[in-house]
Amino acid sequence: MATPYYVSPEQMMQDKAEYAKKGIAKGRSIIALEYNDGILLVADNPSSLNKISEVYDRIAFAGAGRYSEFENLRKSGIRHADMKGFLYSRDDVNAKSLVNAYSQALGTVFSQETKPVEVEVLVVSVGLCNDPNEIYRVSFDGSIFDEKGFTVIGGKSDALLTKLKDRYAASPISGASLKEAVLSCVAVIGEVNGQKINDDGLEVATLSRSGSGRVFRRLPQSELAGYLIS
Amino acid sequence: MPRSLSKIMCRKEGSNILKFNGSESSFHQLLIDNYPSFFLAPSSEGEQGRTPLSVPHGTTVLALKFQGGVIVAGDRRATEGYSIAERRIEKVHAVDETSVMAIAGAAGPCMEMVRLLRVELEHYEKIEGIKLSMEGKASKLASMIKMNMPMAMQGLVVMPLFAGFDAKRNCCRIYKYDVAGGQYEEAEYYAIGSGGRDARGSMKKIFKKDLSHDEAIGVALEALYDAAEADVATGGPDWVRGIFPIVKVITEEGIETVSDPVLKEKLSDLIVQQGE
Repeated sequence: MATPYYVSPEQMMQDKAEYAKKGIAKGRSIIALEYNDGILLVADNPSSLNKISEVYDRIAFAGAGRYSEFENLRKSGIRHADMKGFLYSRDDVNAKSLVNAYSQALGTVFSQETKPVEVEVLVVSVGLCNDPNEIYRVSFDGSIFDEKGFTVIGGKSDALLTKLKDRYAASPISGASLKEAVLSCVAVIGEVNGQKINDDGLEVATLSRSGSGRVFRRLPQSELAGYLIS
Repeated sequence: MPRSLSKIMCRKEGSNILKFNGSESSFHQLLIDNYPSFFLAPSSEGEQGRTPLSVPHGTTVLALKFQGGVIVAGDRRATEGYSIAERRIEKVHAVDETSVMAIAGAAGPCMEMVRLLRVELEHYEKIEGIKLSMEGKASKLASMIKMNMPMAMQGLVVMPLFAGFDAKRNCCRIYKYDVAGGQYEEAEYYAIGSGGRDARGSMKKIFKKDLSHDEAIGVALEALYDAAEADVATGGPDWVRGIFPIVKVITEEGIETVSDPVLKEKLSDLIVQQGE
């Protein structure tokens, strides 16, 4: 008869966290950065599978790590938002409730399943009128981080975050134009990767504060190329 | 928080992992799975032989093609039996950037179907990352109408006209439906609702192929005007209150709503013309 062995809860959690972190560290990164008319999302993503997505009128999603896992979370988020908007009103869909739902789902999987999810999720939303923008990061164990100005998820997030902090230590970031913001993101990704980034290796989208209705927009390759050349 | 949001978050987990049924991009299906009560028809016991439920009904709407696009228009009246329930109801609704649904029948269920189709199309686009084709939109609407059959049996009929720009074929298309969810494509023009017959008769005489944008608006207004003259449930232009038909023009570029001053001018010309 096999002897049952004992693993302390601390050890189990630590192992799971390590496993999840390793999985995420393998992938590329995504930056969320405020600019003068909203929030910019830049993913270091040469593939045609999207990492950034529209969720609702003024809310966007980005996922890093294992594709199948964050794609599932992305779809669930859209279902959550559309259902809430249909049952109540479009005005009642907000980032906070979505982030809470993600946190609950990820937290439950982390504590109850054998294999934790190897993803990090970003939920950003631009405010209406004078409401502030919101940037939330949810990690593999369900913890939520309420970020200001900018944040990074994915493999090289620490290195990118340090570079961004250096860059924006002096001046406030929210004053940058879209072009300036795109260029900063491209520059820091290039520095960290150790090679120049081309427009076809990026997935870029914005949420515009000044727009009405669905304000999520993917930047077409041509527009991106224009920013990078000049 | 809605009852089963947590359930939605976990959809397609567990035993459903290998069940690919192609419905996971549909909001309509999501609603059916999670809130079946939403689609319940009122009890039909003892209803036989009774008069249909008394609720506001929308009346005449029409669609016609012109050079480069399609026009969808509707009068502004809703009736409840012999009384006027609404003078300013809008029966022509954009459901996305290039398609429009015009409704005739029980106003409440009609509006709800517009709302549902709107969310359905947006949901599909977000989940799949690509827009539903024009034919896909039309047949989705057909299945929604079919699901409404039990309600229709009790007088809550939803009868839309669906029109829009088909980006795959680079042309505009018009679809009409029957109560059972039957879907039929129209080549040139069509009108439905209580005054639909009169509007069709009118368009039969004045419709031509490849009308210009302005001519087509004129034809739509004349057909609605004729319908309002012959059908009590269709509202004509109300000069005192300043209520005019809703006219939407759909082209490749999107949807444009014709403004009241333009409609007013065209209607004045029309009346002078008809008086001669």
